[in-house]
Amino acid sequence: MTVKTKKVADRIGEAFQKEGSLLSIYFTAGHPQLEDTLPILRELQTSGVDMIEIGLPFSDPLADGPTIQESSLAALKNGMTTRKLFEQLKVVRPEIHLPLILMGYFNPVLQFGVEAFCRECREVGIDGLILPDLPLEIYEKEYRPIFEQYNLKMIFLITPQTSVERIRRIDASSDAFIYMVSSASTTGAKAGFEASAESYFKRISEMKLKNPLIVGFGISNAQTFRQATGHARGAIIGSAFIKNLSEHGISGISRFINSIRP
Amino acid sequence: MDSYHADKDGFYGPFGGAFIPEMLYPNVDELKSRYLEIMGTPEFQSEFRHLLREYVGRPTPLYYARRLSEKYNTRIYLKREDLCHTGAHKVNNTIGQILMAQKLGKKRIIAETGAGQHGVATATVCALMGLPCIVYMGEVDIARQAPNVARMKLLGAEVRAARSGSRTLKDATNEAIRDWINNPEDTHYIIGSVVGPHPYPDMVARFQAVISEEISKQLQEKEGRDAPDYVIACVGGGSNAAGAYYHYLNRPEVGIIAVEAAGKGISSGESAATSALGTVGIIHGSKTLLMQTGDGQITEPYSISAGLDYPGIGPMHAHLFASGRGEFHSVTDEQAMEAGKELAALEGIIPAIETAHAFAILKSREFEADDVLVFNLSGRGDKDLQTYIEYFNL
Repeated sequence: MTVKTKKVADRIGEAFQKEGSLLSIYFTAGHPQLEDTLPILRELQTSGVDMIEIGLPFSDPLADGPTIQESSLAALKNGMTTRKLFEQLKVVRPEIHLPLILMGYFNPVLQFGVEAFCRECREVGIDGLILPDLPLEIYEKEYRPIFEQYNLKMIFLITPQTSVERIRRIDASSDAFIYMVSSASTTGAKAGFEASAESYFKRISEMKLKNPLIVGFGISNAQTFRQATGHARGAIIGSAFIKNLSEHGISGISRFINSIRP
Repeated sequence: MDSYHADKDGFYGPFGGAFIPEMLYPNVDELKSRYLEIMGTPEFQSEFRHLLREYVGRPTPLYYARRLSEKYNTRIYLKREDLCHTGAHKVNNTIGQILMAQKLGKKRIIAETGAGQHGVATATVCALMGLPCIVYMGEVDIARQAPNVARMKLLGAEVRAARSGSRTLKDATNEAIRDWINNPEDTHYIIGSVVGPHPYPDMVARFQAVISEEISKQLQEKEGRDAPDYVIACVGGGSNAAGAYYHYLNRPEVGIIAVEAAGKGISSGESAATSALGTVGIIHGSKTLLMQTGDGQITEPYSISAGLDYPGIGPMHAHLFASGRGEFHSVTDEQAMEAGKELAALEGIIPAIETAHAFAILKSREFEADDVLVFNLSGRGDKDLQTYIEYFNL
């Protein structure tokens, strides 16, 4: 008894219709506790965030800094699996109206089976995917039709080193948003932005891409959120949110969100 | 005819490629678009050959092992990579890559190491060229490989402890990749094996190919033929094997034999026999065979030899295995230690424990009396003395 398989809501597109800067939050599923996924999602929605990225934990997250590494290992130790996460999402999705993006590394997806994974994502109401180690070329050559068949938006990253030509290619291949990594780094590696970040944000913004830009990496407070969204539609907070979650628990979520966007 | 070399995108059949996050793209793309052109210049070749001859001590001998041959009633040659400067084949690759780094204008070198052999070989060439060197090594390995840590420090390298995950080779590799992400312009990452994203497996194999190139010439002189019946090597990530097989990959009359570490036994739960236990997946940017859970989490391998406990194998080897071109065996800690002891007693050569694994197949696989076998004697056992002492109560 599947629900609304025909009419697919464009929750990401709707989120971008809103006024003001979008706040997106990343957390690792299964951390701090295995069953925290539901209460975290509820609390984030109540606190007024615009989009949520759910991290599927991986043993070897090579694009991530220590905070997300540790949360991933803790989640795996707690017993989080791909199957378990889908079960949790199936339960909570009816009450969460925000866009949900699944972020993870490609190997667990490959083991689950790419098509089976996409089907599950569709079934539980995932709107988009960020798979940092599935590069554009391989995605286009081998996987694009499968992801599109299940109406999943693939979101690609760009960095200050990404060439203009490549950014154009990524823009042409995307139809949700582009994840603009603020500096050449792993997640949570740098507090705040380098002096050059501002001109990079501006440079990309002036390219007038068809997709909106969301900045990630290095955003941890109201000041960096403001800086990041000066030339972009929104920003993603991951490591700083996870740190706060580890220290203050689920009940500390709303205070954290309010401190970012008063 | 099937080719067992990499195609232009770095695929060996279905294996290989570059599954990398966008943050790594500029570094990897720069290398990918330039490595063949740089390696092909006469200037690069002459510098590379000069250093291999004058600094590394090449060509290494192809030695006919008379007593070992008599015992197993076949014809056994040993390719003496153990006589290379720093004690193993690893330096062939680091010499090539340090020259590559210079041509690319890089000012800072990073590397990962497990047992410390590749770390020492990298620290060595960085000292030679006067480049700063940072070696990532798992915290666990730092504790159990103290002499190599001291060597690297003496050579001027900074050894950084990888404290994430299981704190061994796979995590040291993760840390080195993270360093590279954080330093996208001035840094070259010298990977130590035929693993990682394209072009690394192909580039490292080409640098190590000097091994099979020499075998061909030396065998021609000694036997009047340029190819053996079998070429045999141990496989962890697989760089010494890739070098020994290289010129024979597309010659089906040459048997390719790979020997992996079974640790305490394939089904013991403590093993590094990737071809037997692994499934297709992605590790360190490459699609290959690796040891993982059904949920796609990479598991921790085990072998008595630190140089073989990598949870994957290079994509070239995954293809050799899956296509049936290569014959894969695995031997236990015990079989390897006994084989090492036997080589020492019969030929006066104490092999690295990694290398000893290859020799263990002489007990389990039969060869004809007129077969010509070449074993790649990839490293010497000095670094393993403590393990030999403890194992045999010497």
